[in-house]
Amino acid sequence: MLEHLELFFKSIFIDNMVFAVFLGMCSYLAVSKKVSTAVGLGAAVIFVLAVTVPLNWLLDQYLLRDGALVWLGPEYADYNLSFLSFILFIATIATMVQLVEIVVEKFSPSLYNSLGIFLPLIAVNCAILGGSLFMQAREIPSLGLAFNYGVSSGIGWFLAILAIAAIREKIRYSNVPAPLRGLGITFIITGLMGIGFQSFGGMLTGDNEPPEEVQSATVETIDEKEINKEIEDKEKAVSYNEVVNK
Amino acid sequence: MALLSKKDANLILDPLADNNPITIQVLGICSALAITAELKASVVMALSVLFVLGVGNVVISLLRNVIPSKIRIIVQLIVVATLVIVVDQVLKAFAYELSKTLAVFVGLIITNCIIMGRFEAFALGNGPWKSFLDGIGNALGYGVILIIVGFFRELLGSGTLFGIPVLGDPIRKTGLYSTGYENNGFMIIPPAALIVVGIIIWVQRSRNKALIEEA
Repeated sequence: MLEHLELFFKSIFIDNMVFAVFLGMCSYLAVSKKVSTAVGLGAAVIFVLAVTVPLNWLLDQYLLRDGALVWLGPEYADYNLSFLSFILFIATIATMVQLVEIVVEKFSPSLYNSLGIFLPLIAVNCAILGGSLFMQAREIPSLGLAFNYGVSSGIGWFLAILAIAAIREKIRYSNVPAPLRGLGITFIITGLMGIGFQSFGGMLTGDNEPPEEVQSATVETIDEKEINKEIEDKEKAVSYNEVVNK
Repeated sequence: MALLSKKDANLILDPLADNNPITIQVLGICSALAITAELKASVVMALSVLFVLGVGNVVISLLRNVIPSKIRIIVQLIVVATLVIVVDQVLKAFAYELSKTLAVFVGLIITNCIIMGRFEAFALGNGPWKSFLDGIGNALGYGVILIIVGFFRELLGSGTLFGIPVLGDPIRKTGLYSTGYENNGFMIIPPAALIVVGIIIWVQRSRNKALIEEA
């Protein structure tokens, strides 16, 4: 449970898709002129990441990684197909996006109307492939965590595009230097937001190595002091007893 | 440029400045920013994209009359993915350390918007030779920005270029450091790349007023 929570907050704030690793910047810059469209695209990204990351996790676990084919029989244990991961991941993503589009159109026309236009865009969004590739690179251990990673990275991306869209709506009324208008100022604002997000880096370091050492060291010294006191007390008691006995 | 007609030469030269894929077309920013903390990684990334875009544009242009338009995105993705696998395997074989630095960003060339953008906008409608020139030109335009950003980030952030110290030794205080100069750690963190690109856009648009966007 704790590792789920940790991964959840880590992927939203510390390893934020946009501010820490610059994934999905193209659509982030292109579709962030209005808050309403930004919300639509953000929701679609969360949705697609939640579907494709666990799916690619299964592919990676049972097909691609070194020795993954061992479930077919011991003679397959030496196969390492990980060089195929790019092509399989992107094929999965493209197919899933198509499938999701068809299913959503069939069962929920209202959702399709709000998400539909963005779904084809998403197939080539770096954030989606990046989610799967980072999932593979970080060796996420279980299917549940992979799902968690997909959803939380999506939420991180959603927050980022929502924030920049809101800022861009406001900045239209400001007097930005002419050559910076549009793209330039958006870059610089994103950079400043990224610096803000850097400060989340300290959020999960509570139980890392250095503080622990310090703590244990202080605990030891306290223990030693206490032991010394006890010894002194005993000695005093012994000497007192001796005195009394005499 | 005696080899090329004026029109062909423009295909290469235009994307270098006035139609730059990063600063004007806003394509391919995803991978451009993350790996520019070192100049070496920037150069390798630029070369990888040059290869993928040059070859990919030719392949797509040759296939343009065969691909049914409904499934063209999948076909394009497969072509790029294959080329990127080649790049990735070559990097892993000959520059393992570097491929560790670039990590997943080699894979992300697949979804680099420049590549899909050029396939869609150019290779599907033009012959192989022109598409090749267009691919090379756009990849060079991308590479130029990458190298400028990488140059400033590595020089100001670590005082090195290609890993070689050029400003003296920060610990023994030689060279420029003897005057009290310090490395700017800010340039190493990811958001600095965005700000550097923002400044490049600013400089470019102040020099060429025609590129300024309407507010």
